[in-house]
Amino acid sequence: MFDYSVLINFVYVLAATLFIFGLKLLGHPATARKGNLLSSVAMLIAVVITLFSKEIISFELIIASIVVGSLIGLYAAKKVEMTSMPELVSLFNGIGGLASLAVAYATIASDQTLSTFVIIVSFIALLIGAITFSGSVIAWAKLSERIIGRPIVFKGQVVTNIAVVIAIVLCGVSLVNNPTDSTIPYIALGLAIVMGVLIVLPIGGADMPVVISLLNSYSGLAACAAGFALSNNLLIVAGALVGASGIILTNIMCKAMNRSLVNVLTSGFQPVVTNDIKIEGEIKPLSAEDAYYVLEAAQNVLVIPGYGMAVAQAQHVMKELQELLENNGAEVGYAIHPVAGRMPGHMNVLLAEADVSYEQLFEMDEVNPRIEAYDVAIVIGANDVVNPAARELKGSPIYGMPVINADLAKNVFVLKRGMSSGFAGVDNPLFFKQNCRMIFGDAKETLSNLVRQFAD
Amino acid sequence: MIASYLLFILVLSVFVGFELIRKVPATLHTPLMSGANAISGITVIGALALAGGEQTELATWLGAASVLLATINVVGGYMVTDRMLAMFKSR
Repeated sequence: MFDYSVLINFVYVLAATLFIFGLKLLGHPATARKGNLLSSVAMLIAVVITLFSKEIISFELIIASIVVGSLIGLYAAKKVEMTSMPELVSLFNGIGGLASLAVAYATIASDQTLSTFVIIVSFIALLIGAITFSGSVIAWAKLSERIIGRPIVFKGQVVTNIAVVIAIVLCGVSLVNNPTDSTIPYIALGLAIVMGVLIVLPIGGADMPVVISLLNSYSGLAACAAGFALSNNLLIVAGALVGASGIILTNIMCKAMNRSLVNVLTSGFQPVVTNDIKIEGEIKPLSAEDAYYVLEAAQNVLVIPGYGMAVAQAQHVMKELQELLENNGAEVGYAIHPVAGRMPGHMNVLLAEADVSYEQLFEMDEVNPRIEAYDVAIVIGANDVVNPAARELKGSPIYGMPVINADLAKNVFVLKRGMSSGFAGVDNPLFFKQNCRMIFGDAKETLSNLVRQFAD
Repeated sequence: MIASYLLFILVLSVFVGFELIRKVPATLHTPLMSGANAISGITVIGALALAGGEQTELATWLGAASVLLATINVVGGYMVTDRMLAMFKSR
């Protein structure tokens, strides 16, 4: 029989190249869709050519698994609401971890004699896969509010964590010494699952973008480790690309909150910072009717959305208002903070869904230098990301965090339900500034009201 | 020998990954993540040989489970990414 192994490896090189080109095309919104298609073609040819390998002798189970998996994937992709993308990505991270875990476990449990190297890398793949899986399930439960979003801490958590890590290392050492022992992998698996839960539980709801990015990275690293266990180049390349992507996003999210990764992962253990800084000034409410007169005269309008906009489902009405403002001769832009929303880039997707052009979506660093030129900045459901305390109040818990300087625009409208503070629990001096007006109420209703005023 | 050769591939891929992903604009970070999800489903090609090969019964079933899970990632990840990217429009 013809040995396809050489051909298979050449096709893997082709697939790796296509993955890389696919990611390259993802660098611009105009070519991104093509990039995704290219990446999926790479996956398809990799799967098809693998089926020719001589180790595969029966196809019934494979076909059944692929059919069922495709149907579930298809259903999830078609059904998911764009507001729930963070939950879906979390679940997918977990599923990816579980898949690598199964491969690693099968390798360890196989009846062949394995080299020490293979045992170690399989063990690592097992651990990363298990941590990714249980961590992602907890992240998903937090995001979908099945469990409470605030950090969950208990006495002796640090000691427990250290004990779990030591136990896992001991399992690894004894597995290398007794490769045929079948109970050690079970124990290690259980410990790693506990570890994943322990890692995510103490992380608060506001830090979810960091956690999702980190778990995304882990799911890639799990595939990468499985690649080491199976000596499969393509698994290593693809897994490393995903791992690198997750690490970069994690880093961007941490920088956007002016915190280190260690600080995010352990912040649940730290006492809550209280500040007694008195904020001068008073809150000045404004009716939607009066807001309309200001907007009608505005030439340049900046919209600063936060997760509250998505909760209120206000993005579609905002797009309506945007069109009316543009017909009225105004320029409208959107300023999006890196940690607005529940995952990196979440706000952009929600606005794209509402048909806002990506050319009107600006990053914080693009907007801040010219923010004085805006006649009106409309803050919708955002709080901490526009908090000037980050710039001017030393001692504030968010001091030093890069924020969108909404307070420097000529007028600021803040659409808000009430006077509660943001995720970080910090007072916002923006609300007390001379040029700031609060429009209380549901953001969607307020915007609809403004749209009606324009129509009259 | 094999270990150092695999490590070599890993290091180069990580550098390529960093260079590529750094250029992805913030606007596309969510599709990037779901697309990365799909790519991490590459585990499927490792699982195929387990599910269809001459293995112990345990390894075969673990392989089949892994094929199923990774396929969810691949199909779901690419489809939802495409759905999102189709919404990104220029003026």
